[in-house]
Amino acid sequence: MTINKQSNLYTIIYIAVLAVVVGAALATTALSLHDRQQQNADRDKMRQILAAARITTVSDSIIATYDRDIVETYIVDAEGNRVEGDAFAVDVDAQTKLPALRRQLPVFVCRASDGELKYILPVYGSGLWGPIWGYVAFDADGSTIYGAYFAHKGETPGLGAEIEKPAFSNEFIGKTVFKQGVFMPVAVVKAGQKPSGDEDYVDGISGGTITSKGVSAMLSDCLTPYAAFLKNLSQKSN
Amino acid sequence: MAEKIDNRSVFFNPFSKNNPVVVQVLGICSVLAVTVKLEPALVMGMSVIAVLAFSNVIISLIRNTIPTNIRIIVQLVVVAGLVVIVDQLLQAYAYDVSKQLSVFIGLIITNCILMGRLEAFAMANRPWPSLLDGIGNGIGYALVLVIVGFFRELLGSGTLLGLTVVPQSFYDAGYVNNGLMILPPMALIVVACIIWVQRSRNKDLQEH
Repeated sequence: MTINKQSNLYTIIYIAVLAVVVGAALATTALSLHDRQQQNADRDKMRQILAAARITTVSDSIIATYDRDIVETYIVDAEGNRVEGDAFAVDVDAQTKLPALRRQLPVFVCRASDGELKYILPVYGSGLWGPIWGYVAFDADGSTIYGAYFAHKGETPGLGAEIEKPAFSNEFIGKTVFKQGVFMPVAVVKAGQKPSGDEDYVDGISGGTITSKGVSAMLSDCLTPYAAFLKNLSQKSN
Repeated sequence: MAEKIDNRSVFFNPFSKNNPVVVQVLGICSVLAVTVKLEPALVMGMSVIAVLAFSNVIISLIRNTIPTNIRIIVQLVVVAGLVVIVDQLLQAYAYDVSKQLSVFIGLIITNCILMGRLEAFAMANRPWPSLLDGIGNGIGYALVLVIVGFFRELLGSGTLLGLTVVPQSFYDAGYVNNGLMILPPMALIVVACIIWVQRSRNKDLQEH
């Protein structure tokens, strides 16, 4: 019996079988590699958290360094009270979609190389082409920024993508977020300009205006809910 | 088969005489994008070799069953499936490189070399020559990628595979890395230089 390979029925059955076979192959691959990929993603997250506290690691020792230097992790709410949960597992992206009062706010406490405790807070926002995120480490006074780390999914190389370079994130070091007891997140403004209020600011990236504004908005959106927590810190340290 | 296929030339022609990038000018987009550093260029080259070899063999195996009116779709499905598998493997075993290559692995699907080889060769030939053709063209592509990546990383960053090769004394003497090399236009210029060198050595390729 010969099959008419140009018939509609043959074509439809052919493509259906092909779809099932390819789908099965992909599902098997994805399932069997999922654990490994998750480990890699977790390890990368640890590296980023440590980078905010100015601890650089090589890939083999990330987990060991993280376990040694991150002394405590917990979640706080917008009033600065601790709540139940695993800080590392909190999906910061999803939390930023919630109103500030209902967010779970992870805190990573790190003993930095100067022996002091640093409080690392995750931030998440959007740049020009896709998500941007990062971690900001605060000194124990709850106001001074000790270090920052930013990353992006697909900002323009050479322009917006410069936010991941230390040249940009190091500008944040030493900036303070409390001015006369009022919480004011650090702004990112065009070089040579000043923000309207008297908050601290850093120069944005020329050619990366929308990404720079995204960083500014991300810091404001994600750090403001921590205001109560940071205020408690500063009162404790005084 | 009417046309006699010479396995040797099928494998070796794409290296130089019929190179997919510098002679057929296919797949230029990824040459611009992934050749800032040598390592992603190498991984990208190997990924393309793998995808091209497997998709050529698979398409060649099923070439007589494919209904002609949906053959492009079938080719696309096979290529897309393989690309996703490669992407997943990289995420699991070479996470840092996979982050650097990000979307470009996915964009192998749209690399004209793949569809070109499937349509022009695998649809008409048996699996063994198709495998050779796939690997040959993949290597031809990877060669160009690696040459471009080599010069761009060396001149643009003073490193190779992330290791510093330009000695500090050069910098002390006033040498500076050429920042232009890490921008996309220089990839085109390096490719153009390769084409120039190749054509001046190979008279067959010269167009009057």
